Amino acid sequence: MRKILYILQKEFIQIFRDKTMLPMIFGVPIIQLVVLVHAATLEMKSIDMFVVDKDLSSLSAKLVNKFEGSPFYTISGRSFSITDANKEIENNKADVILHIPHGFERNLLREKSSEIQLQIDGINGTAASLINAYSTSVISDFNKNIIVELTQMPQLAEMEPIEIQTSYWYNPELNYKTYMLPGILVILVSIISLFMTAMNIVREKEMGTIEQINVTPIRKHEFIIGKLVPFMIIALFELALGLTIGKLFFHIPVVGSVGLLFGFVLVYLLVVLSIGLLISTLASTQQQVMFISFFFMLVFILMSGIFTPTESMPMWAQKVNIINPFYYFMRVIRMILLKGSRFWDISYEFFSLLIYGSFMLGLAVWRYRKVA
Amino acid sequence: MSRFIGFVKKEFSHIFRDYRTMLILFGMPVAQILIFGYVVSNEIKDIKIAIYDKSKDNVTQEITNKILSSGYFIIDKNIDNDNQVEDAFKKGNIREVIIFEPHFAEKLEREGKASIQILADASDANTANIVSNYTSAIIRTYMKNELMKGELPFVIDTKVQILYNKELKGVYMFVPGTMALILMLVSAMMTSISITREKEMGTMEVLLVSPLRPMPIILGKVIPYVGLAFMNALVIIALSYFVFDMPMQGNLTFLLLETLLFILMALSLGILISTVSKSQMMAMFISMFALMLPTMLLSGFIFPIENMPKILQWLSSIMPARYFIVIVKNIMIKGSGILVVWKETLYLTGITILFLVISIKKFKVRLE
Amino acid sequence: MLKQTENIIEVSNLVKKFGNFTANDDLTFDVKQGEIFGFLGANGAGKTTTLKILSGLSYPTSGKVKVAGFDVYREREKVKKNIGYMSQKFSLYDDLTVKENIRFYGGIYGLPGKYIKEKTDELLRRLKMENIKDSLIKSLPLGWKQKIAFSVAIFHNPGIVFLDEPTGGVDPITRRDFWELIYEASYSGITVFVTTHYMDEAEYCDRVSIMDQGRIEAMDTPALLKKQYNAENMDEVFIRIARKQQL
Repeated sequence: MRKILYILQKEFIQIFRDKTMLPMIFGVPIIQLVVLVHAATLEMKSIDMFVVDKDLSSLSAKLVNKFEGSPFYTISGRSFSITDANKEIENNKADVILHIPHGFERNLLREKSSEIQLQIDGINGTAASLINAYSTSVISDFNKNIIVELTQMPQLAEMEPIEIQTSYWYNPELNYKTYMLPGILVILVSIISLFMTAMNIVREKEMGTIEQINVTPIRKHEFIIGKLVPFMIIALFELALGLTIGKLFFHIPVVGSVGLLFGFVLVYLLVVLSIGLLISTLASTQQQVMFISFFFMLVFILMSGIFTPTESMPMWAQKVNIINPFYYFMRVIRMILLKGSRFWDISYEFFSLLIYGSFMLGLAVWRYRKVA
Repeated sequence: MSRFIGFVKKEFSHIFRDYRTMLILFGMPVAQILIFGYVVSNEIKDIKIAIYDKSKDNVTQEITNKILSSGYFIIDKNIDNDNQVEDAFKKGNIREVIIFEPHFAEKLEREGKASIQILADASDANTANIVSNYTSAIIRTYMKNELMKGELPFVIDTKVQILYNKELKGVYMFVPGTMALILMLVSAMMTSISITREKEMGTMEVLLVSPLRPMPIILGKVIPYVGLAFMNALVIIALSYFVFDMPMQGNLTFLLLETLLFILMALSLGILISTVSKSQMMAMFISMFALMLPTMLLSGFIFPIENMPKILQWLSSIMPARYFIVIVKNIMIKGSGILVVWKETLYLTGITILFLVISIKKFKVRLE
Repeated sequence: MLKQTENIIEVSNLVKKFGNFTANDDLTFDVKQGEIFGFLGANGAGKTTTLKILSGLSYPTSGKVKVAGFDVYREREKVKKNIGYMSQKFSLYDDLTVKENIRFYGGIYGLPGKYIKEKTDELLRRLKMENIKDSLIKSLPLGWKQKIAFSVAIFHNPGIVFLDEPTGGVDPITRRDFWELIYEASYSGITVFVTTHYMDEAEYCDRVSIMDQGRIEAMDTPALLKKQYNAENMDEVFIRIARKQQL
């Protein structure tokens, strides 16, 4: 036990002595957190709309006005030629074309129905579907007003027999940041702890100091634990820092128990750090380590459900997620912070990771060879 | 010159001998493309919901069936008292609870009005929004078809046409995005690490006192990575074309030239990183934080740039990856030529030169 | 010099193969307690391989190896308590100070904290390095580092210390100083097993073995070897042996 303390002391001295690494470990991730949370938003705030109004009626002008008045739209240009408009899309000057054909007003009044067209740049599928939803809802809103105005019967617009009331729990304003911040925090904490542990033993291999340790009677588990604990402490500190910033600057709700969260994270870190150590014992150069961990990390992050719901993924991907530690943490941090889930709500994740972590730790200790 | 070729050969064999690295180097783009193609999409399906039917009549049953047969939702559980609602959310398995009020069919018939409540778990705001919108849309369609007689007057029919990407496939975004990410990684990260490694091991001094001049040394270290990155790019393009039906409207040679330009940019960035970092670990952290997350999040690859706050839009406008993504999209999907993407090309060329000039300056200072 | 006849290292029929390459080809030798045993040979002769097997860093392919009375197969960790090791690759932490390095290695050998402190002070006094105890290892000249590395290797009072090319790359004067330390350790009863390719250093040893292409070609005291090969110094002995091999 005392031997482990000596390893801890040594690791901490080394980490804190390197003045160039400190900002990398503590400063940069926090800046990233603050910056990237703002980047990760799917709310469309400025849609560039190009208008082709061939009708030039008072009604078409009203519709264009409605778009112009919306904070989400900017009218990027007008023309009578649809070819011109398409060129604008090709040159990325516009996201959507509003095409009001000749006879729009006349048809509506005489034939009681009329038609307009929206052409949307579909290259970015996500943005396109959002633009589609926004624009059609603006038009249908406009339509409702027209109906009321023309028929003088307000109930016509509201004549839906089934009333749908939607309420958004835990986040009534649909604030996307409260969802993304914990997600990004998970990534940052994991990257730092995984890479630092993975690089650690291999670094001693490259430097040659590992031999000096291997000739000592130190036990394998003492060495591995001594290497694990410092990074666990740093990761916990990092998480605490990130949560504080989230609370102070982004007002993310902390509904559940912080103690429970940290308890869970401890188990999570056991998994991640053991994976790091395992990679470290397997590789012979830091470059290899980096590559191997980078590969798994990228796969794990993308599949963890940080951006997209995991249950919509194909079955095989959901199976892969069983061994994806990020997946568990991504779920649980959001459950505890945003919904106040209690221990028995997350017990499945907790015990899964506990078993997983013990297994990986065992594997890392077993794979660490004092003898070649 | 022959000395230089010998040196390049040595660097090549260094990299290719390490089969683990090679495996990952070529496995990575493939895995990534497959993940983006099949796993990460904004498509909603199999979302788990709970139904809290306080009425249990044939109308609520019919609506429930309509919702479940849409393919978007599967039912996780039926709820029969108020307390279970919160519990279900806290367990985290369901995303939505649909509540039918008591005597639903009866009220609908007698008063012509009944209500459905949708409770969405908005801790994931984005999914909650989509899920609740889908649900209401299904219910509205049901209403229109089954309950409402006759057409409304004065209806404006909106015809939506999606250009370039009718099915709104994600592939058009993730192929350019993945290319940018992988090339950045292979080129910038690997070069910075391999140069820093020589520094750390003290072998850089040995190389520097050799008759080779510093620039050829750096060049020799960098050339193998150009080759690797370029092969990676080819793999990605081939996969996207043959497996994911990504179009290739523009000129392939032009696309490859632009790709080469981007690789050179990334390499010069890698050299720059190596001149400022003291250890491999540091080179790695700089590359990681300066390249990976920003390339993913600030390049418009996953999240549209227009939605970001102004400051981030400026920040994103210095991200080389952003311009490369625009170039690739334009060439592959729209078939654009240099006339459309000259600005982006110019930017990439400019920043490459900038990175190189700074690195040479730094390098010289270190030598003196 | 303290001489005992008890064997502290016993090696018989040691073979180590790496694939088709035989690094150690059927080695048999003993080292007696308290002696300074020189393990000589050109680069690539297989010295480091043997040393790694003796210190428990590498498994032998076959053969029987006993160190400090323990079998290196079965009682590896007991062997490790009784040996010190200084590798060819420089093995102190560059980013730790002299004192921190000593404390760390002392600590993982399980020595009590108070003992480590006292012994460190005494050691630094003896090496006349009190004023640099808080300097980072990387700021010190190579010769000093090697002296510290040696002191660290015998800090836990092992019965045997293995030194792999301990004086590689330092000037002759520093080498002399280093050998002073080796003698000191030997006086205090530590058996010294040292590999080197400097033949002048061989003269300092009680007994030497000369290795070539994985085999031990000669083993005796320097004086007897010189007599046997009719040579002025060890360098000549070595050259004769190497020539004989080539013929």
